[in-house]
Amino acid sequence: MGARQVAGALRVNAILEVRGVRKSFGGVAANRDIDLTIPRGGIYGLIGPNGSGKTTLFNSIVGHHPIDAGSIRFAGREISSLRVPQIARLGLLRTFQQTRTYVRMTCLQNLLISIPPAELGWKSWFRESPAADRLKAAEILDFVGLSPARDARAGELSFGQQKLLELAMALMSEPAMLLLDEPTAGVNPTLINELLERLRRINAERGITLFVIEHNMPVIMGLAEYIYCLAHGELLAQGRPEEIQTDPRVLDAYLGAR
Amino acid sequence: MSRIACGAAWGGASLAAAVAPLLLPTWQTQLAFLWVMIVFALTWDVLGGQAGYNSFGNVVFFGVGMYACAVVQRDSGLGYFQGLFAGTACGAALAVVAAAILGAGLLGLRGHYFAIGTLGVGIAAGELAAGWDFIGAGGGMVPPPFPGGLGGRERFFCYLCLSIAALTVALLRWLYAGRFGLALNAIRDDEDKAEAMGLYTTRYKITAWCVAAFLLGLTGGVFGNLAGFIDPREVAFAGSTFGVWMVLMAILGGKGTLLGPIIGAVIFHVTKELFWTYLLGWQRVALGLLVVLIVVFFPTGILGWARARWPERFA
Repeated sequence: MGARQVAGALRVNAILEVRGVRKSFGGVAANRDIDLTIPRGGIYGLIGPNGSGKTTLFNSIVGHHPIDAGSIRFAGREISSLRVPQIARLGLLRTFQQTRTYVRMTCLQNLLISIPPAELGWKSWFRESPAADRLKAAEILDFVGLSPARDARAGELSFGQQKLLELAMALMSEPAMLLLDEPTAGVNPTLINELLERLRRINAERGITLFVIEHNMPVIMGLAEYIYCLAHGELLAQGRPEEIQTDPRVLDAYLGAR
Repeated sequence: MSRIACGAAWGGASLAAAVAPLLLPTWQTQLAFLWVMIVFALTWDVLGGQAGYNSFGNVVFFGVGMYACAVVQRDSGLGYFQGLFAGTACGAALAVVAAAILGAGLLGLRGHYFAIGTLGVGIAAGELAAGWDFIGAGGGMVPPPFPGGLGGRERFFCYLCLSIAALTVALLRWLYAGRFGLALNAIRDDEDKAEAMGLYTTRYKITAWCVAAFLLGLTGGVFGNLAGFIDPREVAFAGSTFGVWMVLMAILGGKGTLLGPIIGAVIFHVTKELFWTYLLGWQRVALGLLVVLIVVFFPTGILGWARARWPERFA
């Protein structure tokens, strides 16, 4: 099956559809006419050289800034005019390249406030976190291997541990889809395999669709079932890992021979 | 500290506060001021410490409560105590409305911009009050006299202020224990992350400001009667004294905690009164020096310093 056919066949059950998205900063076009489709339950990758517009695309998808043109549909709903918390509440979460946690709160507290936003109605504001939340938080901390750091402040964790904590926070929120911005950057190479194993389990066991920006080629080739490649703000190539790996345009873009 | 020791400390402090006016009758007015200072520090900390939004305009809610109460007392025709009760209730309600409106406008701003905005609001409020004849303009207002003897007045206000301070501690303790407290801390640590996780941060911030405004409005209504005279710039919207002290006391004790602002208020108030008694003429210089010392030596407050020094006691 060719790449186009794969994408076409899965479009029926797309969770995220990006059509003709354009975003410029001043005179610089960070994204130009980006089209991509992510099927529900998939693990898709997004690669490209530095400055190719990957993070800009993530920011556009999650409503961090308005897009100049195009359409972004999540679970069948147009989200390009919604703001960040509204999109998050639909079940589309992102993690940050620089890793963001609530640094002066404990790991447990970080998770307790990351419950699904739908459970954060007015009335719940003034209640203590129920035992069920604490149980769920303990289970997720265990899953990412941070149980021993339960009561440590997030800011005291190593960078790699903070990445895991950020992932745990996302899991606590039970999203339908997770955009991961370089999940293995800065993580100890021996821990990368563990992290990848967990990402696969998140996808398989919890049914969370993953869309992953990654610079580490062996990692993304092993993790993703389908990859989009950006260069100079445009979609350069797409296909299964083995097709992308041998695509001369992708090799050119990475080696700068373009 | 263990749970029992902690409870005993709170209980002991409450008991001491309750019997102090009986044992030290000449200090009753001083104590009343102290309770007000504690409310100042604690309410400033709701947004300033817990959510990391430094406000220099909280004194506005204090002034709004004070004027609203005095107007109700003047125009309602009620007896003294009924008027005071209705007045503080109206004052608190109006302060909450003011916080909701100001919050909707200002709490979209972040960091320094919010601080500067609130500073402007605080100054503007004093000037507006000083130019509005309905509330006495620059001449201020005089709340109705307390019925009964002088000693009864002092004891009454001492206990009234103590109950507001107790209400403040209880209310905030309850709020901080819940998800609301967690959300405010999350906003303090990384507001962009909180939004990315689906929290409507502005709603939390406005609610936090409304809680502070409610308590400050109550306190303002009572304080006008305690002081016996309402000056627009020196008493009601006293940004350069009360407005700044709120911030200092919370920082001195340790912002972002429940105990810190209380400790800060006690130390600050006692020190300030000592300066006024023994260093008259130089009291403002001494207070200024104290502020510098606080910021240099206790940047995280007394509680933060103690926590760094004896971490095992705060586990």
